[in-house]
Amino acid sequence: MRDILKMTAIEVGEAIRKGEITSVEATSALLDAIEAADSEINAYITVCREAALEQAKKVQKLIESGELSGPLAGVPIAIKDNICTKGVKTSCASKILGDFKPPYDATVITRLEEAGMVVVGKLNMDEFAMGSTTETSFYGATKNPWDKNKVPGGSSGGAAAAVAAGEAFCALGSDTGGSIRQPASYCGVTGFKPTYGTVSRYGLIAYASSLDQIGPVARDVRDCAAIMDIIKGKDCMDGTSIELEEQNESYLQMLSGDVSKLRVALPKECFGEGVDDEVRSSVLLMAEELKKQGAEVTEISLPFIKYVIPTYYIMATAEASSNLSRFDGVKYGFRATEYDGLRDLYEATRSEGFGEEVKKRILLGTFVLSSGYYDAYYKKALQVKSIIKEQFDSIFEQYDVIICPTAPATAPTIGESLSDSLKMYLSDIFTVSPNIAGLPALSVPCGFDRSGMPIGAQIIGPRLGERNVLGAGYAYQQVTDFHKRNAAERSETK
Amino acid sequence: MKITKETVSYVAELSRIKLGEEQTERMLGELSEIIDYMDILSGVDTEGVEPLSHVFSINNVVREDEVKPSYNRTILIENAPEHTEQSVVVPKTVE
Repeated sequence: MRDILKMTAIEVGEAIRKGEITSVEATSALLDAIEAADSEINAYITVCREAALEQAKKVQKLIESGELSGPLAGVPIAIKDNICTKGVKTSCASKILGDFKPPYDATVITRLEEAGMVVVGKLNMDEFAMGSTTETSFYGATKNPWDKNKVPGGSSGGAAAAVAAGEAFCALGSDTGGSIRQPASYCGVTGFKPTYGTVSRYGLIAYASSLDQIGPVARDVRDCAAIMDIIKGKDCMDGTSIELEEQNESYLQMLSGDVSKLRVALPKECFGEGVDDEVRSSVLLMAEELKKQGAEVTEISLPFIKYVIPTYYIMATAEASSNLSRFDGVKYGFRATEYDGLRDLYEATRSEGFGEEVKKRILLGTFVLSSGYYDAYYKKALQVKSIIKEQFDSIFEQYDVIICPTAPATAPTIGESLSDSLKMYLSDIFTVSPNIAGLPALSVPCGFDRSGMPIGAQIIGPRLGERNVLGAGYAYQQVTDFHKRNAAERSETK
Repeated sequence: MKITKETVSYVAELSRIKLGEEQTERMLGELSEIIDYMDILSGVDTEGVEPLSHVFSINNVVREDEVKPSYNRTILIENAPEHTEQSVVVPKTVE
């Protein structure tokens, strides 16, 4: 029998359905892999060994009795620690949430469990998803499995590192400005941020509600599509979730591998100054590959790209300053031990409970919303958002997808980024605009730099254009094997 | 836009976050750099452009007002750092 740990999630599901392995065997093999590797990688904050094995047993029975038959029934999955799991510590990698155990499951968790997936644990992240490196976690930095001196990216760094290190078949992350795609790119795995509103945010601890989306991180596009099939769809608990016309259609079944006549746009601004040569050439080769398969590739311009970072950081920090006001030492988590009166309780708790990056973003958000600055910053950002959305809309009248690098460079060394916030914010330049305009965007591995670190290409589509975005990534993965390279094997031979 | 130490202290107070002297200086430096950078937005002509908060034109989302069971109070209260069987405990707020 093949090594279970090298299978994709769909392959694990198939093997379980055919009776070659059981869900318990798959879960137990994965838990052993986590135990072996995670002291070094630090991808997990919480591992739920007993509960996962218990769940796997239950699911296995339902599979054998024919009550569960979906493609991922019985397959273990790991969850970013900002998604609520009933009775299981959910920390947002922050001190302030302490040992918070949510009294309810996020809608995505309920849907995964209904589909027979087994939650094995909660993944490390930047504190409150604020960061691009997973170094701001209260639980310590996660390491990049390809080179343990490098960051895995962020904020879903635990998710990407776990999948790359063979500590997860697949995972759920969240993406506010690139937090699924950028770590996927740095760790050589596949990550997808759906159209805003496609996946319910109920139970996702909010960072910036108008930008946040939950999405899959996995070994390939097929796994991402299969997970999307489970988690997508309207939820009455999230007023911003949308009714999907193709709710009963399966993204997985729509993957055809046919990109003939697909109209691909390459924005020249994303291949110019500030982008590493190796990143540029790898992403251009990907476009070449799609062209060989019949896609029409055209160079275009994104004149607004220099405005996306300030627009994003104004919106995100403004919303964060409001969302994070609920952490006050009263209702859940951590409370400072020394304080004098109620107001001082709030201040002492928040000052001790939040890390530096989170405080900085709360201050920035409070500033852009404060009287006297609101018009110049917050209102201005929402106006520019409107312009960015319209310009994307007009591009998508002529093209089906945009392709560009996920990040301008490969993963930086640990410790390099936090000293210069602005520089770190600027590295989000290619990932934030899909969040601003609510667009679906995928990152797929498309090469390696000279030091062997993975490079990711991003495929962006119009709102609800998941079919073409996933389709283009799938077609590319049919003829390339970058997504099949294995970080563990590389570090062994190094 | 140039910000001062007073601005930083003011937004810290609004945010209910205490900053020491040294921390205020450091935040001033970092926030100034970021806010300076954000000022490039002032170069965009937004005359007559409506601010956009939601990319889909969703209006009020309403649901039927049905009676449903609420969460168990004991379990909810257990997450509070200080609590009795019935309620969350906070310092005295009204003299």
